[in-house]
Amino acid sequence: MKARVTVSLKPGVLDPQGRAIAHALEGLGFAGVADVRVGKLIELDVADGTSQAEVEEMARKLLANTVIENFRVDLA
Amino acid sequence: MRSAVVVFPGSNCDRDLMVALELVTGVKPVALWHAEPQVPDGLDLIALPGGFSHGDYLRSGAIAARAPVMRGVAAHAARGGLVLGICNGFQVLTEAGLLPGALMRNAGLDFVCRDVTLEVVAADTAFTRALRAGETITVPVAHHDGNFQADAETLDRLEQQGQVAFRYAGPVNGSARDIAGILNAQRNVLGMMPHPERCVEPAHGNQDGRRLFEGLLSVLA
Repeated sequence: MKARVTVSLKPGVLDPQGRAIAHALEGLGFAGVADVRVGKLIELDVADGTSQAEVEEMARKLLANTVIENFRVDLA
Repeated sequence: MRSAVVVFPGSNCDRDLMVALELVTGVKPVALWHAEPQVPDGLDLIALPGGFSHGDYLRSGAIAARAPVMRGVAAHAARGGLVLGICNGFQVLTEAGLLPGALMRNAGLDFVCRDVTLEVVAADTAFTRALRAGETITVPVAHHDGNFQADAETLDRLEQQGQVAFRYAGPVNGSARDIAGILNAQRNVLGMMPHPERCVEPAHGNQDGRRLFEGLLSVLA
């Protein structure tokens, strides 16, 4: 089964990459992009029966740095 | 002084750091491979070098911070042993939770590689005792992820408790409050982005970094 961990920067944490992308979009003529935030999508192929709590533990221990990042786990 | 330098896959300043430590202390440091489950007894200092451990994959220092050797480093720190993390070593220490905050992509997105002027903020520590509070020193930086960030409460605490060791004298990478190096609350763990091991002998053009290692030696000799 698959587990998807979406890691995103916490609100308020400056995202210089997002800002550069917003600038580039503006340069391409896309108007109205107020802000861009860059995150990560980590897809895990895990054993059947792996629980939400186990994947959350993986996220807390390694996949996300909870000082600056939030994460969301989706099992499919 | 007995010291060790940890070597992770992708470390690239480990040899420079060993040369600098041997130059100042007269004793060759032990090289500690990242997979070592135990660190030798009797070490005074464990140093984590600069580089790109594990290719900076996931986040700079994230994978190295979970290496087996880090359990020994944490135990050494908990016993009051000295730990020095330089550049990637600083990133590893924050990822390991031995220092607060995080080092993010430089605000200008550029890799910054040049001499910077540092203000010495805390001089009453094992690492900085050969320096004077308020003096400025010149030390090179070379990093992409040196933008130190923490929440306002943590930053206030670092300042109030004398845990800010060095500040940049001018903008370098967007670091909150121009922080270039911090200490833990017990002041036996120091993380800094600038590279003192790159300015320890006359051929380097500047020997300000040597004073940091000499200060350490005076504590531990």
